[in-house]
Amino acid sequence: MVENRPILNIVSHIVLILGIAIVALPIWITFVAATHDAVRMTQAPIPLLPGSHFWENFQQTLWGSGLSGTEIAPVWRMLLNSLAMAMMISLGKIAISLISAFAIVYFKFPFRMGFFWLIFITLMLPVEVRILPTFEVVADLGMLNSYWGLSVPLIASATATFMFRQVFLTIPDEMLESARIDGAGPMRFFWDIVIPLSRTNIAALFVILFIYGWNQYLWPLLITTDTDMTTIVMSIKQMLEAAEQSPQWNIIMMTALLAMIPPVFVVVAMQKLFVQGLTETDK
Amino acid sequence: MASITLKDLVKSYGDTEVLHHIDGAINDGEFVVIVGPSGCGKSTLLRMIAGLETVTSGDIQIGDRVVNNLEPANRDIAMVFQNYALYPHMSVRENMGYGLKIRGNSKADINRRVEEAAAILEIGPYLDRKPRQLSGGQRQRVAMGRAIVRDPQVFLFDEPLSNLDAKLRVQMRLEIRKLQQRLGVTSIYVTHDQVEAMTLGDRLMVLNGGYVEQFGTPIELYDRPATLFVAGFIGSPSMNFLPAEVASGMVTLANGARLAGGGTASGKVTLGLRPEHLIADETGPIEINVQLCEQLGAITLLHGHLSGTDVECVASMPGHVSAAPGTLMRFAIAPEHLHMFDTQSGKRVDA
Repeated sequence: MVENRPILNIVSHIVLILGIAIVALPIWITFVAATHDAVRMTQAPIPLLPGSHFWENFQQTLWGSGLSGTEIAPVWRMLLNSLAMAMMISLGKIAISLISAFAIVYFKFPFRMGFFWLIFITLMLPVEVRILPTFEVVADLGMLNSYWGLSVPLIASATATFMFRQVFLTIPDEMLESARIDGAGPMRFFWDIVIPLSRTNIAALFVILFIYGWNQYLWPLLITTDTDMTTIVMSIKQMLEAAEQSPQWNIIMMTALLAMIPPVFVVVAMQKLFVQGLTETDK
Repeated sequence: MASITLKDLVKSYGDTEVLHHIDGAINDGEFVVIVGPSGCGKSTLLRMIAGLETVTSGDIQIGDRVVNNLEPANRDIAMVFQNYALYPHMSVRENMGYGLKIRGNSKADINRRVEEAAAILEIGPYLDRKPRQLSGGQRQRVAMGRAIVRDPQVFLFDEPLSNLDAKLRVQMRLEIRKLQQRLGVTSIYVTHDQVEAMTLGDRLMVLNGGYVEQFGTPIELYDRPATLFVAGFIGSPSMNFLPAEVASGMVTLANGARLAGGGTASGKVTLGLRPEHLIADETGPIEINVQLCEQLGAITLLHGHLSGTDVECVASMPGHVSAAPGTLMRFAIAPEHLHMFDTQSGKRVDA
């Protein structure tokens, strides 16, 4: 659209600004709440401008006891747990689905399509559906309250396998043939040709999967009983219900603010590759 | 350097046989072009020699080794693909050196060889670019360079020029030929373009429907096509085919015109006349009812019918000729330029 109509321009800007305001307002409130002391946050009306207690809240939340009167882990520990879980899930998913898609696309073996459809069918079985048997398995394997228990049950991904399959199918056959003439074996071809050609798709998927892993709520809630292993997303919810007292909004909002930072960082850092990966067609 | 021998080579997909008992011997240093219409099996044959397709039965020998079950990398060949198949994420230098790197050559050796090949192909300035930053012709050169650096016994070309524009194609064609003569490497080149085939090949293997129609030098194919198919395929514009009857050294056309020639053949035949062998002659026996003149500058093509019949016939005349539709023109032809083929089998009936 290369139209130049002033009124249209103004209207579209208004619409965009409204959209941004709607999305940004809750984040602003979160930020403002994280800068006041606990007392101010219990009074009405809620403040709309930042207060002066940001560093105080920041230190108490991240390093200190966190919520007073409870025995939850410090927030840095939760951030670490969340980070470990999200990284294990996203990297694990990418590694496993790259290898399985590679097998399905480039090798001929009996029941190849059968396996593909089996993988595909698991799309219909998210964690919520298989939660009891999965819990049982994880408990029997002694993985409760561990990073393995947090990530392994979520580590296989039909979506990612399917996506990589589609990506590999767009790599021309001549690439494989040319590599064969150059003397590259299957794994050499995988590392030297397939992975670099899928680089942007891997990045895009990493962003999506990292956020998926970071936002896990139900599964960590089930298998972590030890406060040292709790993740940040589930803890925010617990903070609201903690103890017999009114919620300490300043601390909770600071925690929420901290919980937003890693996903935002991942998105910003990988934005360029992410967009390329979703739109690029040139192979 | 090596010779290549194909012995009774068969390729089937399931029950469908696509290549039927191909035999052929390619000499050391020879440039052989496999030519045929699309779907004739020429690419399949090349890919079997490369090792990208399995052999159903028969043998492929490179030098004195039977290579049927060897991986492509172990056959000591290099291949240039139709769409170049350059690795898009590697620079030109890495593309060319990739095969050597896998073979475990030292870095210094790879660099030396890549620089040498780049000098031959004049792509030195582009060595650190990515393929997408190159034009079609440059990519083509890189693909050739990738073949050269490996110093193979055999070059295989799979329609390498078909993605280039007409002018560049002619230029690259000559360069490929010069390069091959300079390096003296046995080469097999697949194309559907008969002009490309004629200009490049020491010898041509004409394939049709999975059968070898004829295997010989371009001039042999032009002068003495072994079958109707080869006769129609080689030469441009293509040969005229007229139904005719031969008896005791005279050929009778469908409209009753009689030509001297035909030797010892007899009975009904298909007569082949090349348009460029028809010579305008007021007293000539062949009368053509001209329908259309195509003026190409150097020559003029006259399209029409053999008068009194609806058998189509084309004559090629030097210079500018114009004729209104419906004009009758007479032509003569030398007896040695008559080609006769069995109408049923399509095989040449020798005079």
